Amino acid sequence: MEFLVASAIGLLTASGLYLTLRMRTFPVIMGISLLTYAVNIFLFASGRLVVGAPPILSDGVTTYTDPLPQALVLTAIVISFGMTAVVVMIALGAYLGGKDDRVDDPVPGDASGKSSQAEDMA
Amino acid sequence: MSLFLVVALPFLGALLPGLMNSAGRQACAGLTFTVTLAAFIGLLTNLPAVLAGDLVTARFDWIPVVGLNFTLMLDGLGFFFACLILGIGLLIITYARHYLAREDNMGEFFTYLLLFQGAMVGIVLSDNILLLLVFWELTSLSSFLLIGYWKHLPEGRQGARMALTVTGMGGLAMIGGMLILGNIVGSYDLSVILQNRAVIQASPLYLPALILILLGCFAKSAQFPFHFWLPHAMAAPTPVSAYLHSATMVKAGIFLMARMWPVLSGTPEWFVIVTGAGLITMVLGAVIALFKHDLKALLAFSTVSHLGLITMLLGTGTAFGAMAAVFHILNHATFKAALFMSAGIIDHETGTRDIRVLGGLRRLMPVTFVIASIAALSMAGIPLLNGFLSKEMMLDEAYRTVLFDTVWLVPALATVGALFSAGYCFRLIGHTFLGPVRDSYPAKPHDPGFGLWGPPAFLTVLVVVIGIAPFLAEPFVKLVTASVLGDTATLPTAHVKIWHGLTPALYMSVVAVVGGLLILLAYRPLLRLWDAAPRPEAKDIFERIIAFSVAASQAVILRLHNGAFSRYAAIGVVAILVAGYFAWVTGTMDAPTRMMQSANWVAIAGWAMLMAAGCALVLLHRNRLLALILIGIVGLMVSVGFVYFSAPDLAMTQFTVEVVTIILLLLALNFLPNQTPIESTVLRRIRDAGIAIAGGLATMALSWHFLMRDAVTTPISEFHLANAYKGGGGTNVVNVILVDFRGFDTFGEIIVLGIAALLIYALTETLLDGPVRARLLNRQPDQPRAGDMHPMMMVVLTRVIMPVVMIAAVYIFLRGHNEPGGGFIAGLIASIGMVMQYMASGFSWASARLRYPYHGVIGAGVLIAGLTGIGSWFVTKPFLTSDFMYVRIPPFEKFELATAALFDLGVFLAVVGAVMLTLESFSRLARTVDRRDSEHAMDIDPSRDEPEGDEPTRNTAKEGV
Repeated sequence: MEFLVASAIGLLTASGLYLTLRMRTFPVIMGISLLTYAVNIFLFASGRLVVGAPPILSDGVTTYTDPLPQALVLTAIVISFGMTAVVVMIALGAYLGGKDDRVDDPVPGDASGKSSQAEDMA
Repeated sequence: MSLFLVVALPFLGALLPGLMNSAGRQACAGLTFTVTLAAFIGLLTNLPAVLAGDLVTARFDWIPVVGLNFTLMLDGLGFFFACLILGIGLLIITYARHYLAREDNMGEFFTYLLLFQGAMVGIVLSDNILLLLVFWELTSLSSFLLIGYWKHLPEGRQGARMALTVTGMGGLAMIGGMLILGNIVGSYDLSVILQNRAVIQASPLYLPALILILLGCFAKSAQFPFHFWLPHAMAAPTPVSAYLHSATMVKAGIFLMARMWPVLSGTPEWFVIVTGAGLITMVLGAVIALFKHDLKALLAFSTVSHLGLITMLLGTGTAFGAMAAVFHILNHATFKAALFMSAGIIDHETGTRDIRVLGGLRRLMPVTFVIASIAALSMAGIPLLNGFLSKEMMLDEAYRTVLFDTVWLVPALATVGALFSAGYCFRLIGHTFLGPVRDSYPAKPHDPGFGLWGPPAFLTVLVVVIGIAPFLAEPFVKLVTASVLGDTATLPTAHVKIWHGLTPALYMSVVAVVGGLLILLAYRPLLRLWDAAPRPEAKDIFERIIAFSVAASQAVILRLHNGAFSRYAAIGVVAILVAGYFAWVTGTMDAPTRMMQSANWVAIAGWAMLMAAGCALVLLHRNRLLALILIGIVGLMVSVGFVYFSAPDLAMTQFTVEVVTIILLLLALNFLPNQTPIESTVLRRIRDAGIAIAGGLATMALSWHFLMRDAVTTPISEFHLANAYKGGGGTNVVNVILVDFRGFDTFGEIIVLGIAALLIYALTETLLDGPVRARLLNRQPDQPRAGDMHPMMMVVLTRVIMPVVMIAAVYIFLRGHNEPGGGFIAGLIASIGMVMQYMASGFSWASARLRYPYHGVIGAGVLIAGLTGIGSWFVTKPFLTSDFMYVRIPPFEKFELATAALFDLGVFLAVVGAVMLTLESFSRLARTVDRRDSEHAMDIDPSRDEPEGDEPTRNTAKEGV
């Protein structure tokens, strides 16, 4: 079980990193979202994996999973939505304003830095 | 009056003139005058204590951990400077009221002036060197504002920038020096530092500290080689020049040298650096001043020269030198402020400050002539005026000073400086006032009103009174000198008097005055010589240095920071990996303490789906819609994982966030290309894959490592589990942590969320206001539109579902304290219910039925949460202390009322508002011209069936295929 979670974190990180290193805004946003999953699971897993012991207090039960990482991750999930929305908005504004959805600034003096999409947009 | 108030009054008063601008010029000036007068009187109330030799202090611990305390002290030296700052400030305010033109913004001017005044008073009264540094930087900033007050003049802006650059750099050096000094002594309190002369001078760090502090002082007081900024600061209005460059700003460096005199002076290093710089500055300034044609430039260089004189006197390290320095500070402040103000009058009334087109003003402006002449003669060192007395003392001190084992060097240079000083003073009088009346001046010269000549006249009276009756000033000068000297030297017994007999100083003085007269007679040939001589222009050098620094830093920055995000990201990831690897190999690893739990088939199936979706996402990410579906699968599997591992709250949150995120990304994809083109080379993709796999393996190893081991210490969650019910009144520990134990965090989070939503709203507004608007409105959708804009099934279904969703949200909210749920999840569920209405029935239809704007909902949420927290203050508990009780209203069962629920309501509202505002902003971009959004839901778009010839070809231009 631990191996499954660890490998899932690893895979999400790897695919997130790969997509973050792409050159257009959309894959970068996807990549950051994947990294967010990875980080959230990682934080959550710092409370160790416990099956069937939710932190809902009830009489007669003595084992509960660690509630603190859950509380932290819960707000992290909501905040990451806000962050994703802002990044998407910035990407959208850049694309609509500059007709280009590259994440890298064009190299100065390089005329081909302008996207071929400029014509497509119209 | 408390010293706090003396320092605080100008700062508090600074708020008013700027605000009261519409009340008129008189009101602004009057108010500024009153504030300064109040501070001045407050200062004077401390005079008896100062005269009695007491140290007046005021203390308030600000940040004691770093030794930064708001401690003030007032001794003779501080009193002397504060008196100069506030006293001359009063005269300047009166003068400025009449000097500034109608179109000048007087409120702004006086606000800057008071800020500056407060900062200066702060410097001279600080007892903590860190506090002193704060005020020191404040004077740099506020003088920048004052020098650049005439923003329309390029010289003003350049001069202000130069002054800020030079004094700011000096300030940085000063910070370093002061920190070293504080470390040597172990205290940042001046009164403690001043007691530790032996410790400081024995320290190996004495020299670095000395050099750094002197750099700061020299930059501020325009000492060679930093003298060039002061003349360029003359682009400021004359009241500013008169204030900053006679009594205040440039004296700050002198003040600090005097303040630190007991602990820093007396060493060979101090002597050589300070006396040397002072001598060079004195001679250089005097020579340049002689050949300046602008009255203010002449005065500026003469100020540089006189500051050099004072610096030299402080450098000699003798008690007599210190006394001469103190006396000259006083005298220089009086005659120089009067001269600056006179120059301003001439500029104001004749329309020019160029000496070459002036002359003969003696008859036209007799009052100004008298004032300026007395002040200038005093500066030249003519007997019966105060400048003579301190200059005699200077020459006397110079006569006895030996630098570099050369007996004649200092006396000779001092005489040369005094000679040129006399020369430019005579030129000032001779070429401006004497001579024949010219036929024409730029404006018709006449004496100004009392408001302009009154302040310099007052100072001139002081010049004469001190000059004739030096015994009046002597006790005060000796008092100040005593506090400069501290315990390190005894007060000199010599008296300040006009006639000392036939001393060497008198001969030097005679040489200087006669030489000055000769220079004036031979001025024309000398000027030709000067103009022909090549000499470095300090401003050009400065600008070349600035240009070089800019080029050098650009060469570094532009290479590292070239706007390539993917490069930064790659470098960042690699750097983190390397650091992590280093930590891993240098650390120790314990054996696993936990057993691996067995996985059942359901878990393996979920894992397989997650892995498959993740891999597929990487491979197929170019198809963006598909990518969205794949990331949805990932999110879903993560939610399932949370359920499986005992985190129902997380699962619900992840699931609902997943829904709104996908809606959001779909909205965005509406505008973005549907495909990502292949751009990167194979090599680059292999490189990225390498980095990504390394990163993935690293996180996997890290997770695996700690999943197989127990926590090193007992988690603090034990406390949360034990107290959730007893203290928080809830059985859902996660929710109790959110709204109670860590409620302050949550409060911050909802504020951040609200800000994010408002940011998105603001960005949308900006986009829709700009050129993007037209492009958006005329956009051709890249996909064929469904003719049925609002499918009837969907409209009916969403409306029927709406109350159910809302009931679910209320239920989830209410049970949140005890069962999985709570404000965050309920807010997300309610948002989804509302978003469905937008999607099904259209934007206009939904907006028309919106009763409260989402901004208000965010605000209400934050407000409710905040007020709930504040509520606990009324029962004298800390912010956000929660309380709960159980209520029973028959026939219902017993239920719980908790303030935490009210807080959770705030969370709920903030989440609803933020999510809805975000999504609404995105969908506002989607409205186009050719497809007006109907106010009526459930309508059919007939245009779909109209034959369109170009239909098949219209949308073939797919993005980036």
